[in-house]
Amino acid sequence: MGNSNSKDGSSLKDFGIEYASAIESTSLVNIKDKYGLFIDGNFVDSSSGKSFKTLDPSTEKPLAIVAEASSDDVDRAVSAAGVSYEKYWKRMPGADRARYLFRIARHLQERAREFAVLETLDGGKPIKESRDVDLPLAAAHFFYHAGWADKLEYAFPQRKLEPHGVIGQIIPWNFPLLMAAWKLAPALACGNTVVLKPAETTPLTALLLAEVIREVDLPPGVVNIVTGAGGTGSAIVEHPEVKKLAFTGSTEVGKLIQRSAVKRNLPLTLELGGKAPHIIFEDAALDQAIEGVINGIFFNQGHVCCAGSRLLVQESIADNFIDRLQTRIELLRVGNPLDKNTDIGAINSKAQLERIDQLVKAGIDEGAEVFKPSCSLPENGYWYPPTVLTGVQQSHRVAREEIFGPVLVVQTFRTPEEALEKANNTPYGLSAGIWTEKGSLIHWMAERLRAGVIWANTFNKFDPTSPFGGYKESGFGREGGMQGLAAYLKNSGGRS
Amino acid sequence: MPTSTITFRETGSSIKVTPVDEVSLEARAASLATRSIKTTSKRAALNLAIRCMDLTTLEGADTPEKVASLCQKAKRPDPSNHDVPSVAAVCIYPEMVHHAVEATEGSNVKVASVAGAFPSGLSTIEARTADISDAVKRGADEIDIVLNRSAFLAGDEQRAFEEIVASKDACGEAHLKVILEVGELGSYDKIRQASMLAMAAGADFIKTSTGKIPQASTLPRVLCMAEAVRDFAQQTNISVGIKAAGGIRTAKQAWHYLVVIGETLGTEWLCPEMFRIGASSLLNDVLLQLKRLDSGSYSGPDYVTVD
Repeated sequence: MGNSNSKDGSSLKDFGIEYASAIESTSLVNIKDKYGLFIDGNFVDSSSGKSFKTLDPSTEKPLAIVAEASSDDVDRAVSAAGVSYEKYWKRMPGADRARYLFRIARHLQERAREFAVLETLDGGKPIKESRDVDLPLAAAHFFYHAGWADKLEYAFPQRKLEPHGVIGQIIPWNFPLLMAAWKLAPALACGNTVVLKPAETTPLTALLLAEVIREVDLPPGVVNIVTGAGGTGSAIVEHPEVKKLAFTGSTEVGKLIQRSAVKRNLPLTLELGGKAPHIIFEDAALDQAIEGVINGIFFNQGHVCCAGSRLLVQESIADNFIDRLQTRIELLRVGNPLDKNTDIGAINSKAQLERIDQLVKAGIDEGAEVFKPSCSLPENGYWYPPTVLTGVQQSHRVAREEIFGPVLVVQTFRTPEEALEKANNTPYGLSAGIWTEKGSLIHWMAERLRAGVIWANTFNKFDPTSPFGGYKESGFGREGGMQGLAAYLKNSGGRS
Repeated sequence: MPTSTITFRETGSSIKVTPVDEVSLEARAASLATRSIKTTSKRAALNLAIRCMDLTTLEGADTPEKVASLCQKAKRPDPSNHDVPSVAAVCIYPEMVHHAVEATEGSNVKVASVAGAFPSGLSTIEARTADISDAVKRGADEIDIVLNRSAFLAGDEQRAFEEIVASKDACGEAHLKVILEVGELGSYDKIRQASMLAMAAGADFIKTSTGKIPQASTLPRVLCMAEAVRDFAQQTNISVGIKAAGGIRTAKQAWHYLVVIGETLGTEWLCPEMFRIGASSLLNDVLLQLKRLDSGSYSGPDYVTVD
């Protein structure tokens, strides 16, 4: 009965009614053939002449050639940031720094469509997400931190606040522009200068942001953007003049960075992987919990460090809930990321697609049952259908390792204690979700869950005023809110 | 609201009633309203909206002539184009039923009558059922009654339930639609609960509104009811129909409702037997949109008949 709109394969389409494909135009975006490094306010070639290609993961077509920064280039960028720190940024009154941040925010809003389309082209995420989530939030981060720039002594009273100086920041490919905003806005608001490295598969929106930074006349060298892969990243991490590091990405790389930073006693914040439990109690608003679970795992193809990737559902409602979930998954629209009706876009890279595939196969080998909807996938590009693995045990690899793709792992529990025990039994601790109509149970769980972010009766909600960060192998330090600011100031009393 | 249960009239088994989360429900409804429809599919959607329409007049000033004219429009919405289907039903007061039966004879337009102390429901159960029996005797195919919100909101769900049971018995062969008057219920939890109560008591259709208060049908309220219908079908294997009424004036709004029903309940609900839109002015907007598909340009309101 409840499977009526899916399992027999009928849809609105069979009824003579079809959704129009509403493809966002790419005419606004002017992608150059070649991009240089953004150092000291100018776009320059890499000293080695090396470059790499960035492509559209939904078609595998190359988009542009991007310069690969060598350690000499990183050195140039760090020097520029150092000079600019002493010459302009350190002495500039907070109110003046705020003006620049406000201008960046406004320019992002004005060019939001252009940024959104470019983000979708380079990263594969659906346009409705880059348009409705990434861009508004990126602008909001600049607005929010602009407001703090001249009020830092009120945030941390009675302290001798001081910026760190040159900060090295390395960001991932899942929210390329948004992560740049999360990193740059607080660093600049607090009076630091920055060398930022975007991920090698998604450098284009950071380079467009460099254009905006030029447009707003930010003093040269305050923000430097160097593109490249792991080698470029480690040149930043190892550079002796970098005074603080901030990294968002995999736990594996985070550990390497920590090893290096600890030797020099360098302040460090890490935002790493996750394996978030999404816990559904039997008294939850079930129809909405389904939507929450869908959003929790399939948002951005599951390329989200805080994705609700482990569904823990109370045994009394489990069969029914999973049945409803599968019915709902049949309705998801997978395809062209530029189509406004698309719910799930392309997997970001070939390497990531292989990793997802390999982990799901491992799950099946270990005895999990797999559910995939009947949707067809485009022929070219990197695609993975929304997938649910049931019959998963706590000891299975898919229940422990981060898949970072549109794959949900389902387990059941009987009591709140058991839910809590399973939820916390992971090396990670970034986020968690709770669905119940009983307020006291929400509080009881939230007090005991070892996760940095806990959502109740919703999931994947972000706001610049709210600190975000993890426990255990999900990292340390917070981004957003006053706690996020603290990381970019000496003597703030917060973790930095 | 915690999970609760209601006893199903037919089998005596208990039906679970799930709570509703307002924020997520409204977000889902808003996201469904952004789906865009292919131009080539528009005609199918518009014709479907007409086939599912209950063309309504519920005014104290209704006369036999007015009803006859409504019925004519119901049978042939566009006199200049015979491809436009007739609507599902006309919806009128009991006093007008025999006029409507006469005027729709030989067509497949059904006659629906409001009854049972419409629109408040605040009469004795004897008076309510007598009103229903009268409308049925006059030839009504469908009866639209209201939920006793007074009893329901006062916590006397039993009375609200029993009145629907008695109304269903009074209907005999006629189909029973139960109007929840969602704008008076105060929360989605109550809408969900009232939907389950009406279905458990034997409603063939659940319906949003009387059209007599400003707070009428909205997309999230209909989504809430559709989720209840889906849940009831899962628990009992019985498919109940759904009717959105009040405040639906444009073809675009009607399209949004079709999307919500199609994506929540599936295509077998997209037919006049399972889905209705109650409206008075909507039909003309749909007709204007159809004319536009034929001619490529919008004609004015004077190119469709007022009634």
